[in-house]
Amino acid sequence: MSAPSLTPSKTARPRPPQPPADGPPRRGGSFGRSLRRNLTAHGFLIGAVLCFAFFSWYPMVREFFLAFQKTDQGEVSWVGMDNLSTVFNDPAFWQAWRNTLLYTVLALVLGFAVPFVVAIVINELRHGKGYLRLLVYLPVMLPPVASVLLFKYLYDPGYGMLNEVFGFFGLPEQQWLQDPDLSLLSVVIASTWMNMGGAALIYLAALQGIPGELYEAAELDGAGLLRKIWHVTIPQTRLVLSLMLLMQIISTMQVFVEPFLLTGGAGPEGSTTTVVYLIYQYAFNFNDYGAAAALGLLLLVLLAGFSAAYVKLSRTGDE
Amino acid sequence: MSTRTLISPAQLARPRGRLLYWVVFGLVVALFTVVFLGPMYWMVSSGFKDTQEVVQTPPALVPESFRPENYSDAWNVMDLAGLLANTLFYAFGALAFQLVFDVAAAYSLSKLRPVLGKAVLGLMLATLMIPATVLVVPQYLTVLDVPVFERNLLNTPWAIWLPSVTNAFNIFLLKRFFDSIPRELLDAASMDGASPMRTLWSVVLPISRPILGVVSIFAIVGVWKDFLWPMLTLPDPARQTLNVGIYSLSNGVPMNVLIAALTMASLPTLIIFLVFQRNIMSGLTAGGLKG
Repeated sequence: MSAPSLTPSKTARPRPPQPPADGPPRRGGSFGRSLRRNLTAHGFLIGAVLCFAFFSWYPMVREFFLAFQKTDQGEVSWVGMDNLSTVFNDPAFWQAWRNTLLYTVLALVLGFAVPFVVAIVINELRHGKGYLRLLVYLPVMLPPVASVLLFKYLYDPGYGMLNEVFGFFGLPEQQWLQDPDLSLLSVVIASTWMNMGGAALIYLAALQGIPGELYEAAELDGAGLLRKIWHVTIPQTRLVLSLMLLMQIISTMQVFVEPFLLTGGAGPEGSTTTVVYLIYQYAFNFNDYGAAAALGLLLLVLLAGFSAAYVKLSRTGDE
Repeated sequence: MSTRTLISPAQLARPRGRLLYWVVFGLVVALFTVVFLGPMYWMVSSGFKDTQEVVQTPPALVPESFRPENYSDAWNVMDLAGLLANTLFYAFGALAFQLVFDVAAAYSLSKLRPVLGKAVLGLMLATLMIPATVLVVPQYLTVLDVPVFERNLLNTPWAIWLPSVTNAFNIFLLKRFFDSIPRELLDAASMDGASPMRTLWSVVLPISRPILGVVSIFAIVGVWKDFLWPMLTLPDPARQTLNVGIYSLSNGVPMNVLIAALTMASLPTLIIFLVFQRNIMSGLTAGGLKG
């Protein structure tokens, strides 16, 4: 595929580097040409490659080193497993993992199911699709600080709108972000509102690709609405659903901004401390880059499995 | 409608089906409007309330006070103009860097196919597998002291611009688009004596407008929405982005002024979205999956 051997007629045009002759010189010419072609190609690549080298590949390698090093007054020393044991012995460690897993589960229940249902509903409607699609995606475009501080205002137990709505329906008022039992759920609700638009639109596109005959066939077999969803809609969108599921797990396990802005990170009684918030604390509050890197490494290892599954799945989807 | 979905057209055509459809339709539209537009209405309207009304219980659905000065106060007190200018500077700078470096790289990987090109692409895509938040700490340390150059990029726009180029997803999208451009077109250009640069400029780029649009929008929106990275790398209040600046001032201003500031900070991306709705949505569904 690559390096199409140039025919003599082509070689004559672009400033021939060597006279197109027969025999040995020709081999040298094609070598020179291929070298020059490669240099040009690498020239186009170099800018991006340098950026990747400095700001992506090098930090990646450094992450591994940092996890086993200690930096003290600029003195770097190898400390083996010390950082890992610091991390493991931190009382916040297990709480952070528990919160992160709980957050992921809640985010899957809400953030995975809700956009799918929303997409099905929009797809079924014969009118106003454009408007509904626009609505669902609108929050995605807001800067996170705006949506988060807005939610903080809505959640406020004193003057917040949400308790007002609860009161209207005769439900008890809640402390939301200040309640250790509710704070994590409150963060998930806000973050679902902020982020579900993208998933909903992707599902919508997948739903539109389902051939209508499948539904007709299911109806001939006497399938009702739910059975049609179960036997046609879900199997037909399985690839998209599983990709989104993995993507969501990967991104929710890394949640940081929403709890950081909504509850200051830790939340009441540490109820919203997530793993990434803990990493942030190690690095930027305690200046312990080693512990931060060690915890990051644990998260990386855990997520690597999901990433690998994602890549494998998306390859099969490409075929 | 032309396409057949879950509910059969015959079912909908019946009088009972039609009634049920309109009831459901009305409910859905009302619910979606309240859920998605409601908070935004709340934001805009609360931005007009006076200091008492904004924190009164029960909250007022329609503001009784009208205080547009909140917006000008927010603009002046929080120096929104400065924050906005910073953010635009970072966003468009990042866009320029991404367009130049990422497009060139994707073009090279797709059409010029250098030795080791596949390996480079593989290494670039591998970065997508590493959780971004894990890399924040070593990336931050790198910015503090860039190896070889021994520069500290803290509080400089380079800290935003250069890392933004490492967007493997953009390179992937671009490369996949370039792959679909027929080889003959490029061969014809090079037969006419066009250099690779010239071919890129006058053949490839004009065809690639749709994908360039998508990549550009995502580049700008990405910088606009980012929070953690600019908070870490641009601590100087005079250089902060809109997001970080508003956050760090959020405790020092009255609620109504803060909400007015949030409204103004939201407007640019909302306007971008409303104008480029079609491109954004098609880009999302076309490339959104195969990261």
